[in-house]
Amino acid sequence: MKINSDFFPLTEVATRFVNQLAQCRRLGLSVKEASEHHVLIELPYSQDIIGYPDTNVIHGGVITTLIDTACGTAVVCAILKKYQSLELSPTLDLRVDYMKPAEPHKPVYAFAECYRLSSSVAFTRAIAYQESIDEPIAHAVGSFMRISPEMVGEEFRQALMGNLPESQHD
Amino acid sequence: MTEHTTPEASSELDVQDVVKRAIELNDYSYLLEKVPYSQFIGMSVARFGDEMVFRLPAKDDNIGNPILPAIHGGVIAGFMEMSAIVQLMVFMQAKKVPKIVDFSIDYLRAGLHQDSFAECKITRQGRRVANVSINCWQTNRKQLIATARAHFLLD
Repeated sequence: MKINSDFFPLTEVATRFVNQLAQCRRLGLSVKEASEHHVLIELPYSQDIIGYPDTNVIHGGVITTLIDTACGTAVVCAILKKYQSLELSPTLDLRVDYMKPAEPHKPVYAFAECYRLSSSVAFTRAIAYQESIDEPIAHAVGSFMRISPEMVGEEFRQALMGNLPESQHD
Repeated sequence: MTEHTTPEASSELDVQDVVKRAIELNDYSYLLEKVPYSQFIGMSVARFGDEMVFRLPAKDDNIGNPILPAIHGGVIAGFMEMSAIVQLMVFMQAKKVPKIVDFSIDYLRAGLHQDSFAECKITRQGRRVANVSINCWQTNRKQLIATARAHFLLD
């Protein structure tokens, strides 16, 4: 699989955003690529997140968390690029269809797009996969409510946009 | 994070036996202990007759939005999905862990940094597939923070 972090200039800010979320740090999510059009995030395999102890397959809830994060980050990136403003949009709804179980001991990737940004709602879709995006584990669609940029605290804005050259976590 | 050190896991895990024992002891923590993810988010369950109420305690690691702070939407979804799985296993005396087919969640309010609860209703159970709806609340059962529905494949 080809990953091209350097080519996509929003990767750094997307990384800082994801690292602000405690649950995502705990899961070890890492942003591989981010642009105004897409976000690609990796979820490493871990025994802590097994949902099917008879097969060692990870829990669907982790895939939902990965996809929710990827879609939310895609919305942040799209808004950032279009309006040069930082907004945090809460999830309105999310639907995930599972095509097949994730294979154990391999990372899972989520590729998310914000395919329509209206004045109050952002529409997203995502695909979760392992070896190839053509063999998806899950498909998802989600919508996010846009809220005023003032709802973002100064501390959070600093952590994302401030003059921090590198993310604080890895 | 645990690295790729691998288990020759519990392939021999007898799901039906675990469920049976949990019902006999009326202790479902025994069932949840077998699923690493439910420990990961810290959930528990209590049964009152035919009703089961699931609990997700406030936990720093489960936070998404640090400003409010609010529980990560994915954790709420995972908690609700796991609740539905346990509900199905207990009331069907399942031989296998039901497999998720699709999951659809509507978020109604922010899940604040406090205990959350869930209850499930098996809307329809066929031979191969079951439809479950799940409600999640915090301080008041009438003020839901999220509602979801899911399909599971039974064996």
